[in-house]
Amino acid sequence: MGKQEQARQSVSFAIVGTGGAGAITAGSLLLEAAGKAGYAGILTRSVGPQIRGGEAAALVRLATDTVECMPPAFDILVAIDWKNADRFLADMPVAPGGLVVADPSAGEVPAQIGESGAQVIFCPMKELAAGIEGGRENMIAVGLVARLTGLPLDVVSDVFSSKLARKGEAVVQAGLDGIRAGAQQADGFGRDYPLAPARPVKGKRWLITGNEATGLGAIRGGVRFAAAYPITPATDVLEWLAPALHRIGGTLVQAEDELSSINMIMGASFGGRASITATSGPGLALMMEGLGLSAASETPVVVVDVMRCGPSTGIATKSEQSDLNIAVYGFHGDAPHVVLAPLGVADCLFTTQWAVHVAETLQCPAIILSDQSIGQARVLIERPADVAFIGGRKTWAAKTSEPGTDYLRYAITADGVSPMALPGTAGGQYTADGLTHAENGNPSSRSFDQKNQMDKRQRKIEQFDFGDRWGVAEGSGTTVILTWGSLTGAAREAARMLADDGTQVRLVALRQMLPFPTEGLARALEGAQRILIVEQSHGAQFHRYLKAHADLPGEVRRLNREGPRLIGPEEITATIKEWSDQ
Amino acid sequence: MNATQFKASDFKSDLDPIWCPGCGDYHVLLSITRALSKLGRAPEDIAVVSGIGCSSRIPAYTNCYGFHGVHGRSLPLATGLKVARPDLTVLVMSGDGDGFSIGGNHFLHACRRNIDLTYVVMDNRVYGMTKGQPSPTTEPDWDSALAPGGTGLRPFHPLVIALASGANFVAREFSGDIKACTNTLIEAINHPGFSFVEILSPCVTFRPDEREWKKTVHKAIVEPTDDPARAARRIMTDDGLNTGILYRGDRAPYHAHVSDDEGDVAALETAFEI
Repeated sequence: MGKQEQARQSVSFAIVGTGGAGAITAGSLLLEAAGKAGYAGILTRSVGPQIRGGEAAALVRLATDTVECMPPAFDILVAIDWKNADRFLADMPVAPGGLVVADPSAGEVPAQIGESGAQVIFCPMKELAAGIEGGRENMIAVGLVARLTGLPLDVVSDVFSSKLARKGEAVVQAGLDGIRAGAQQADGFGRDYPLAPARPVKGKRWLITGNEATGLGAIRGGVRFAAAYPITPATDVLEWLAPALHRIGGTLVQAEDELSSINMIMGASFGGRASITATSGPGLALMMEGLGLSAASETPVVVVDVMRCGPSTGIATKSEQSDLNIAVYGFHGDAPHVVLAPLGVADCLFTTQWAVHVAETLQCPAIILSDQSIGQARVLIERPADVAFIGGRKTWAAKTSEPGTDYLRYAITADGVSPMALPGTAGGQYTADGLTHAENGNPSSRSFDQKNQMDKRQRKIEQFDFGDRWGVAEGSGTTVILTWGSLTGAAREAARMLADDGTQVRLVALRQMLPFPTEGLARALEGAQRILIVEQSHGAQFHRYLKAHADLPGEVRRLNREGPRLIGPEEITATIKEWSDQ
Repeated sequence: MNATQFKASDFKSDLDPIWCPGCGDYHVLLSITRALSKLGRAPEDIAVVSGIGCSSRIPAYTNCYGFHGVHGRSLPLATGLKVARPDLTVLVMSGDGDGFSIGGNHFLHACRRNIDLTYVVMDNRVYGMTKGQPSPTTEPDWDSALAPGGTGLRPFHPLVIALASGANFVAREFSGDIKACTNTLIEAINHPGFSFVEILSPCVTFRPDEREWKKTVHKAIVEPTDDPARAARRIMTDDGLNTGILYRGDRAPYHAHVSDDEGDVAALETAFEI
């Protein structure tokens, strides 16, 4: 293969090294520089549970167009060292035509790398760094990758300088020297993986993680109060929200536990403020009692569950889609509520804003099922469009002087939504209650009140027009890839790969999990002869959920697995191809 | 000012309480409505929050905004409400089971946070609503079906725990002394930060022995102190029936709250631009 490779629409690389070696810093820097140069991209981290000293890898994919998932195999792998490599190399296979750059002092190249068919080139990164006053090997790696992918070195250097400016001139100079030294090394490799020229985009690109997008979506939706207890991988939502809320007159309270956080946001919501909490599976389990009160007392709240491998502590830093059951079925009693799932990193913003809108409008709990794979991925995207929803919380204004017009907090209405008086409003005093209550809020054990209030709570959700936001249906053909939430990106890429191969498939992905989008899904599946259900759950929770609520046409198969190994586009295409060959 | 002229009945709803005849909580309700009428605030500007238990029924018996939540979680509900709506006066009603057992952790952290709330715990040393089980403040030898012969456990000491955890105002009253309860509640509500008032409120059904409290309670003979160590020593060594304001601190209340300012969301977004 010659030096001048054909320009690519997408290039991928992994930088690995012991935690603390700076692999993730190097990957982040390259991603940001790519954004400055006009590219799209995604970065995910593979980190161990240790704070430092464990394995760490930055997985990056750059592209001319939006990308939402990792490729089946990487073009370039730069190994600063191979420590603990056995624990994570399975997550980052190298393509047969790929390139592995390893430090000779790091010892033998692991056997599985040798088997990949990739070319291995040794580059003395540590030695080169040692030759630079204050030099670090991760900057050599930055220079290497920048040159191999054709990222403009001046842009990379500028990004580095502006990020490190506050650390002083010496640090900046050492880094720049390292980047240059790395680039010079790559010049001698006789290989490259150049990206096609970037496409111009309107305005500046954004660099954002799914968890940050979730926080911003909450704020765009009007949230000004949050309460939460730290838990991986949801803590980043909170750490972004706390200062952000503070800047706009809101606040985040760190609760003593999740029992407290769900009740704190209910209290704030009762006071009239749109409120949110973020957690992961174990925290959601603790919140279920409070969520029942939210449903019964019709106090809107939004709970973000950034799912991780479960059950119990599971693998806290890795992803899974296994909280669908608890989100949908975990409530005690019959408690109508809403469950939504973002369809990718950028969509965390829209879905969260929508969830706040729906919860506020319907005065009910809304659960968002995000997960680690999108929550902690960082992407380069175009600025997400502003969305203005019509509606919001229906409040009760003031008492009229006419007799017989006493305020009824839980009035039976046609659409099931009852105007809510906010504290401070004269004449609107009522007691929000988890006890079954009459229309005026007074506790009641009459079957009449139980039935009417339950009918009303069910009705407000059933009659609500969720519109066409229930999910996406793309492409054509009688074969359908049917998935939900975070796997949409991988499924979309699989559909594209199959189309490139001449096989047209449809992608159908659900954003609205509850209430079940019966009509939207039925339309999207019309004429389907083969449906492949794709989900990251050992127990096939999504497939079972579909069986309970949808008439799936044609023959149905599924591709499902527990985390942490994410289902990728190549597995989906392979499964479809195998099926077609039968 | 005329606007401040409220009557206790302005704060009472028209619901008839569901309590046993002779229950101490009737007197607590009366003291609360009397205290609220002296604040100069309209009922709609006051919120009464509770959990589950006999004492937690009080919100619906007032004419204020109320939230009757789940068991043990009244303090988090009230915390969220007060931080989100600092303009409201927020009272929290609880009992010894709701507040010290299932809600024990929230009690510690509410004291620590020192949010401007008034926490009223009606202590009758028994679970009344579930018909007579021992609570954290029950004597170790109190016989019951659930713990025959007694729990053998040392009773929880709420006032000392409150002090150690950072409560800013600590008092004990007896429900039968309506005048003292009313005055202490007014002081507790007006005192900045987290105010904790334990009211000994007899359960005449499951703890008929507590009818004796009206004879055995006695007023603290010393003035309240602002020294928590001194207050703790006094409370640790009293007989548990010593009533009055026992501690008045000056710790600054929790600072953060939500404002009505809309804020500049666009400015937040620029941080994502590259």
